[in-house]
Amino acid sequence: MEDSLSNIQNADPFPGEVHPTAGGGIVISKLDEVINWARSNSLWPLVFGTSCCAIEMMSTAAAKYDWSRFGFEVARATPRQADVIIIAGTIVNKMAPVLKRLYDQMADPKYVIAMGACATSGGPFFYNTYSVVKGADHVIPVDVYIAGCPPRPEALIHALITLQDRIKSGATREQIKIEKS
Amino acid sequence: MTNEELKLVLAGLLPSASFEEGMEWPVIIIEPTSWKSLAEQLNRTAGLEFDFLFCLTCVDWKTHLTMVFHLTSTIHRHTLVVKSKLDRNNAEIETVAHIWQTAEFHEREVYDLFGVKFLHHPDLRRLFMTDEYIGWPLRKDFEDAVNMIRL
Repeated sequence: MEDSLSNIQNADPFPGEVHPTAGGGIVISKLDEVINWARSNSLWPLVFGTSCCAIEMMSTAAAKYDWSRFGFEVARATPRQADVIIIAGTIVNKMAPVLKRLYDQMADPKYVIAMGACATSGGPFFYNTYSVVKGADHVIPVDVYIAGCPPRPEALIHALITLQDRIKSGATREQIKIEKS
Repeated sequence: MTNEELKLVLAGLLPSASFEEGMEWPVIIIEPTSWKSLAEQLNRTAGLEFDFLFCLTCVDWKTHLTMVFHLTSTIHRHTLVVKSKLDRNNAEIETVAHIWQTAEFHEREVYDLFGVKFLHHPDLRRLFMTDEYIGWPLRKDFEDAVNMIRL
């Protein structure tokens, strides 16, 4: 029974130790680690897609890949309730101020994933374009980049797990910023 | 109407027009000045009744611009392509937005990206680009020193 339970609970157990005492036990942990653990396991993404990457993102959310298995369950249609924005698609000059505003409206702590070639560098629109922003990081800071055009759902899930790992280790840009201030 | 029958009727409507051969659909080449009256005739003449403008675009040939209109009739199921050569430095043609309302947006798009001026258009503004934008991005000689990276 013990073994099967520990198999279900993945490689990220609760950060702390249980010290058994008579009639129960005491959990010893660091508050920061508990907070990071909690945050990383309920990342609510913002509903934001500007082109074909959004189709892959929807596929990742749907039954076959089902990202809610990892805690990204509730896609939010408002930035005020979202923790992570997945930039799924091309950002054009006209969209850039909108993206900035959405990011500013998100509550701290907030994380950014640049999904696909367009969001990381402008991708296929890098050369000879008058309208495409050459990388969303010109507009807002990005935590995790995904290669691909568009990336497969596995790649997006991998990026989300990477983000979780970074949050747990306290290594996101957002957390470093808070530590410094 | 078959393509050949269409051509005959059109030659009767506009004797000055010429035709492009070897295409799937009949292609009529007209002067921009005769577009307005021809468009109205194509839309209203019994037997023609082109009631659907399904494509409106422009081509930059470097020496000139060509407006291309694809028309079809949902009643008779025949299709016609209208082409018209425009002067690159003074690209002007009459609007057909009052006949096929879809043209209102498509003409704005062509105006935005090619700089073709549609005379008597109800609302000729930029569509994709911002109002203060200068230049016609889809013209072959368009250069954007700030944003463009040459290959």
